[in-house]
Amino acid sequence: MAETIVKEQVKDKEPLFGKKERQLLSDPLNDNNPITVQVLGICSALAVTSLVYPSLVMAVAVVFVTAFSALFTSLLRNYIPKQVRLIVQLVIIATLVTVVELTLKYLNYPVYKQLSVYIGLIITNCIVMGRLEAFSMANKPWRSFLDGLGNGVGYGVILVMVAIIREIFGKGTLFAGSPIELALIGPSADYFINTTTNTWFSWYSNNNLMVLPAAAMFIIGVMIWIQRSYNTKLVDVS
Amino acid sequence: MDFVNIFLKTAFVENLVLAYFLGMCSYLAVSKTVKTAFGLGLAVIFVLGITMPINWLINTYLLGENGVFGTDLTFLRFILFIAVIASMVQLVEMIVEKYSPSLYTALGIFLPLITVNCAILGGSLFMVSREYNFTESLAFGLGGGFGGFLAIIAIAAIREKIRYSNVPPALRGLGMAFILTGLMGIAFMSLMGIDPAAFSAN
Repeated sequence: MAETIVKEQVKDKEPLFGKKERQLLSDPLNDNNPITVQVLGICSALAVTSLVYPSLVMAVAVVFVTAFSALFTSLLRNYIPKQVRLIVQLVIIATLVTVVELTLKYLNYPVYKQLSVYIGLIITNCIVMGRLEAFSMANKPWRSFLDGLGNGVGYGVILVMVAIIREIFGKGTLFAGSPIELALIGPSADYFINTTTNTWFSWYSNNNLMVLPAAAMFIIGVMIWIQRSYNTKLVDVS
Repeated sequence: MDFVNIFLKTAFVENLVLAYFLGMCSYLAVSKTVKTAFGLGLAVIFVLGITMPINWLINTYLLGENGVFGTDLTFLRFILFIAVIASMVQLVEMIVEKYSPSLYTALGIFLPLITVNCAILGGSLFMVSREYNFTESLAFGLGGGFGGFLAIIAIAAIREKIRYSNVPPALRGLGMAFILTGLMGIAFMSLMGIDPAAFSAN
């Protein structure tokens, strides 16, 4: 009897970065990616990814919201009645998104304008709510936080990858309008890569299909194809 | 006339699902068979048609500067909109559970997830940014819901048929659904720029 109690206590004492914790962070990057495997949070992935810089801002906003909403929901999980859990979760998310929105409006107004309703739509980004329902409502705060963080990052990585492809092929630029570009080339130069003025790339004409939201669909479709050809356990058997 | 115009425009020309790609999660996940897609489509029409006018009333009479409180409370917009949507979804959930238990089990997690269907909140936010009035927002809600209904039925029908084709294994299911949606989006893009008001004027 004493042994079992000791065992439980040991089990209770979770290491800060044990195997399980690392897995929570790394799983969403490949095996359990929010976009390509769980298929959650597609809307904003399509809408904001025509340029890299706004997508990067969006990704950071989503990571913030997923991580902290998971933390707060997990802290409150024993006090939330089951019938009203959706509304409680949504209030937590909506509060965090309002914080993000006002912060972004203060820090970077042009990007705020560019993202327009899509910052507000982080509330309804299924990945946030999906993880709260599936994980945070049943797990301890630290693990939930890591799970939220991992899923946010897994989402952001895909978002930025899609945006890089779309911006290079669709507009012939990279990081257009961002501080990164400004730091690399200074305020006088217009773009990091610019196919219209750069003599090296003058043969290339922009692919307007890539600017359409439909292109993001094709890119994600092909990404899923590539991922599943390597990771065959994800293949849909039905 | 405005009512019909906005209804047609949101249902076909500016389809929330295929032109703005809102509400993708449930659209992709529940479109495996036409039957469940039908149920989800109906739920989306219902929720959009109800929440849009309610959110309009809230935005105008509670949050606006000319509202009950007399101050600009728009920073509360997200929380109030989502609360209205969540309560409407729970209402729909109770009705579906009572009258059609089989549909309820078929929809599973995706019924509560309509709450986080981007099309619903996105519709409300578009309604605010486009400054619609009450009837226009009702038309926008119903039209958007109908457009979403059409889109999800169409993709479900295509996905049912494509099961008989020889798709590469890694692309089967989800990957193919993405590419099909992209193609449908391009097809619907050809309707963009058509103004139904021009027809009614003649």
